[in-house]
Amino acid sequence: MKNEGLFNYLLRLADTNLILGHRLSEWCGHAPYLEEDIAMANIALDMIGQANALFQYAAKTEAKGRTEDDLAYMRNEREFVNTLLSEQPNGDFAMTIVRQFLSDVFDFHFYESLKSSKDEMLSALAVKGHKEVTYHLRHTTAWMERLGDGTEESHSRLQKALNELWCYTDDLFELNEGDKRLVKEGIAVDPASIQNAWIKTVDDVLAKAKLVKPAGVWQQKGSREGIHSEHLGFLLAEMQHLHRAYPQAQW
Amino acid sequence: MDTNQLEQNFDAKLARNESIEPKDWMPDNYRKHLIRQISQHAHSEIVGMLPEGNWITRAPSLRRKMVLLAKVQDEGGHGLYLYSAAETLNISREELIDQLLTGKAKYSSIFNYPSLTWADIGAIGWLVDGAAIMNQVMLQRTSYGPYARAMVRICKEESFHQRQGYEIMTVLAKGTAEQKAMAQDALNRWWWPSLMMFGPPDEKSPNTANAIKWKIKRETNDELRQKFVNQTFPQADIIGLKLPDPDLKWNESKGGFDFGTPNWEEFYNIIAGNGPCNKARISARTKAHNEGAWVREAANAYAEKKKAVLA
Amino acid sequence: MAQDNQGMLWEVFIQTKPGQPHRHCGSVHGHDRELALQNARDVYTRRNEGTNLWVVPSNLIVASSPEDIGPFFEPANDKVYRHPTFYTIPEGITHM
Repeated sequence: MKNEGLFNYLLRLADTNLILGHRLSEWCGHAPYLEEDIAMANIALDMIGQANALFQYAAKTEAKGRTEDDLAYMRNEREFVNTLLSEQPNGDFAMTIVRQFLSDVFDFHFYESLKSSKDEMLSALAVKGHKEVTYHLRHTTAWMERLGDGTEESHSRLQKALNELWCYTDDLFELNEGDKRLVKEGIAVDPASIQNAWIKTVDDVLAKAKLVKPAGVWQQKGSREGIHSEHLGFLLAEMQHLHRAYPQAQW
Repeated sequence: MDTNQLEQNFDAKLARNESIEPKDWMPDNYRKHLIRQISQHAHSEIVGMLPEGNWITRAPSLRRKMVLLAKVQDEGGHGLYLYSAAETLNISREELIDQLLTGKAKYSSIFNYPSLTWADIGAIGWLVDGAAIMNQVMLQRTSYGPYARAMVRICKEESFHQRQGYEIMTVLAKGTAEQKAMAQDALNRWWWPSLMMFGPPDEKSPNTANAIKWKIKRETNDELRQKFVNQTFPQADIIGLKLPDPDLKWNESKGGFDFGTPNWEEFYNIIAGNGPCNKARISARTKAHNEGAWVREAANAYAEKKKAVLA
Repeated sequence: MAQDNQGMLWEVFIQTKPGQPHRHCGSVHGHDRELALQNARDVYTRRNEGTNLWVVPSNLIVASSPEDIGPFFEPANDKVYRHPTFYTIPEGITHM
């Protein structure tokens, strides 16, 4: 396939948005208070919306007659290339906030850079994504500060969440051979180019939240090649079962 | 002014169809009735998020997933508007939530039925939201100002809810044989509970008389139920589904359908806590409330610290 | 456990277009100013309703009472000279 690299790159972005949006949507009806329930659904809707647009573009790029739903519902665990961070379970509210925050900081700098992609469609999606994630980051930053500097309990929960999730942060920056070619062509973002900005934003917020950045953590990687934690399989089983149970059906 | 005078002024206001506002004098029973009704309405929105929320993670397409999430989120928003309206009557959200979790306050019995298949999401939107909208359209003219204003906002937002449910049913009814069976099964299970949503028959409804007198409600339970049956029959017919009522037939003389009697014994049992999901619903709300307590405490502690720094 | 705390009550005002006045649209809970503002955004602007938002602690709003209607507002009833139609001007005068 001529555009295989681009197709695969789009899946990376779409999958990550879908899986993280899906995780957030699991909170709907169960958040710590009503206003936050609504806030999390807003973020989830932004992310699933972005995934939808990316899958549509991926389907068009692939040009084999597959639809966005085929890509979301008919691929298996090893074909999904979302980040390891995005698939981690919600845990308590601290886990959810840390997961979202680390991911928001990445997306914030990533979209900023992707805006100058030579691919017009990607650039347009980046403009939209950047606006959305700017608000998401404001929201998660507010919670990082409040939980980090709230009560003893909230502080220790947040620090624990940070310690547990830190091993998935290098994985955010992974790229494969196809991505590297796209970077050279000015289409994809070189994750290494935003790593310092990511570290700085994270450090600033951790300082305000009075958290200690984990050091010397062995990093889990592999999502760029479809190697996941065990959590993804269960998520996909739940998400895809109805669609797959009636393969001939329209919904 | 003595109470008699105040009461006369209040009645005169109602007679002129003027709205009652939070600081206006109002009879104690009017206030109590409103707190009960508005909070029950708010709790129904919040508990109502659960049966539909169950299907967000399993929605069969990306479009359906987004629509359902937006819809369930709206229910949360509506609960929020209604809690706010209740709060103008001098009761706090903390107290209102406590009443729900301790079983002192009720919520709509319909949400104690399980949502078993995807078609239930269609049936809930079409029938349950349809029934709720009937009630809510009337409540836009309710006599208490903050309640009426919340209802105006809610009705505006609800307008897509029923359509999305009916659209799901339409697609299923036109789909494969299995899908059509799924749709009919959901209709069979949700039809009678939907009719029960309007409350017991007028002659057995303890609160109807006052609610009408005070212009909190402007149509009775039975009037609304009749309207609902009349409007739903053609909607089912056009997509080839059948309302599960052997007694249903057109009555030319009243210009409406005659229909069977819901199982009121089941209704009262569900209200008494014996529905298939009563315990699950309240325990889900209690769990969210308890597990969120440390978050709310942290936000509060942070706010207090910042205040201390500024002082 | 400490007593439950759902956050303070705030009144929300939305400006729907630039240049328009802010209008009251409802209330939200929030434990502090930033959360109240974000909550107002998340609750009241999901359908593209706003270009600007105010949140004000509900307990800081000073309101007149129903008993004030007479003394507050009725004295304005007879001040017809505050309105342009009170004045007689010759026929044919425009732009005034």
